[in-house]
Amino acid sequence: MTASTSKTPANAIEVRNLNFFYGNFQGLKNVNLDIPERKVTAFIGPSGCGKSTLLRTFNRMYSLYPGQRAEGEINLYGQNILDPKQDLNLLRARVGMVFQKPTPFPMTIYDNIAFGVKLYETLSKSDMDDRVEWALSKAALWNEVKDKLGQNGLSLSGGQQQRLCIARSVAVKPSVLLLDEPTSALDPISTAKVEELVHELKNDYTIAIVTHNMQQAARCSDFTAYMYLGELMEVGVTEELFFKPKRTETEDYITGRFG
Amino acid sequence: MEMKPSALYRKRYRTNQVGVTLSMTAMVLGLAALLWILVVLFGNGLAALNFSIFTNDTPAPGSEGGGLRNAIVGSLMMVGLTVLVSTPVGILAGVYLTEYGDTSKTAEITRFITDIMLSAPSIVLGLFVYAIAVATVGNFSGYAGSLALSLIAIPVVMRTTENMMRLVPGSLREAAFALGAPRWKVATMVTLRAAKAGVITGLLLAVARISGETAPLLFTALNNQFFSTNMEGPMANLPVVIFQFAMSPYENWVRLAWAGALLITLTVLALNIVARVFFREKVSA
Repeated sequence: MTASTSKTPANAIEVRNLNFFYGNFQGLKNVNLDIPERKVTAFIGPSGCGKSTLLRTFNRMYSLYPGQRAEGEINLYGQNILDPKQDLNLLRARVGMVFQKPTPFPMTIYDNIAFGVKLYETLSKSDMDDRVEWALSKAALWNEVKDKLGQNGLSLSGGQQQRLCIARSVAVKPSVLLLDEPTSALDPISTAKVEELVHELKNDYTIAIVTHNMQQAARCSDFTAYMYLGELMEVGVTEELFFKPKRTETEDYITGRFG
Repeated sequence: MEMKPSALYRKRYRTNQVGVTLSMTAMVLGLAALLWILVVLFGNGLAALNFSIFTNDTPAPGSEGGGLRNAIVGSLMMVGLTVLVSTPVGILAGVYLTEYGDTSKTAEITRFITDIMLSAPSIVLGLFVYAIAVATVGNFSGYAGSLALSLIAIPVVMRTTENMMRLVPGSLREAAFALGAPRWKVATMVTLRAAKAGVITGLLLAVARISGETAPLLFTALNNQFFSTNMEGPMANLPVVIFQFAMSPYENWVRLAWAGALLITLTVLALNIVARVFFREKVSA
């Protein structure tokens, strides 16, 4: 967990002078940030501070909505994804996202996983079976669903649905996983499972997680970024940020004096 | 504690009673009208209903007996073709409105026109099709009938599809986009699939709506005394047969009209019930 003891990792994402606008409202103000490879970076801050907005720039989810635009640079392994020529589908296949509420597709558990894979790969039936099993195992769901892969994804419990969504994102083998408050709709046991999963997944993936829960950030992240009113106030190694925050604003927030 | 109701409370109580009485009266009036219709229809229809309705064709003036076979087959064929045409057109247009056009000018105009089409008197649509597909060709035809019915069905299917797809939460779309799925895949594989039950309900209700339409068929398919499956020529159909037979002086014709009316009502009733059951099951699942 102590990132300070490991070597300085390469950056998966480098954000430079990022400004973001919802129409005339500026949602992000001059954000500069590095997200190290195969680490968990958590984003905390009060509601409306821009942490989800920031996350949604990493896969250009905002591009679905006219009127939302970003200025500056976001380099994903050196490639600026804000480039208008950037192919959004290819980008999103590389940068997966899991949302606040579980969103299983209205199809079988198997097809939920296969859906994304089929978009970019042509696999034989047995290879696809293997991939589905692999992804579900990665999401620690295989043992619970292996006998009911033909059932509708909606028949699972909320916690299982969320792990299905994680498996679905993992199945397309992205390099970065974005988790937007992935446990805020889950019970404590499911939350613990998802957190465990985050811990496992960072061996293979770069993870950025938005959370309202500071304990969660403290528990499962290597780096934490504190945001307030669209600005990145402070970012650093999680333990340092929680125990010795450099800014008083950060301290006020994490000690509960504010937020 | 004071248990005596205050003046304000008593006033509220009286207002409530007036409101409940008014709404109950309205309900009773509505139900009574419907029941009256059903009682008369079933009374006359059931008396006229027998197996020969399905085996004999509409009788010539003055001849005995007869059935509705040609009208039933004609109606089924025309409604069938209408469903084949209006299902893809209506659903695709609905998909366009929610997933592609959304707030664009084209979508706004399409929506406006659809609204007009939804409330357009069906006789106007019938006359329109008469002008473009009957007067120009020179004869009435089943195809023209289907075209007129499609003009009624397409806006219904389109609007229901749009409304049902709008109910699909945006997060589901985003989740599919987040996997790198192109828009058409998100629309067809995820959104449309999630709205399936509602869309099918819309289709069934559209079928129910057109199966009783008379005015659009009067000028297009006209009628045919004989059994015919040739859609290039005039075709018998239940609504027009009912219209003509009900006003005729022949007793057996009038009886057949009642039987036809009952058949249509039962079909519409069945479609509505199926649609309801279907929708409820899917929504609760």
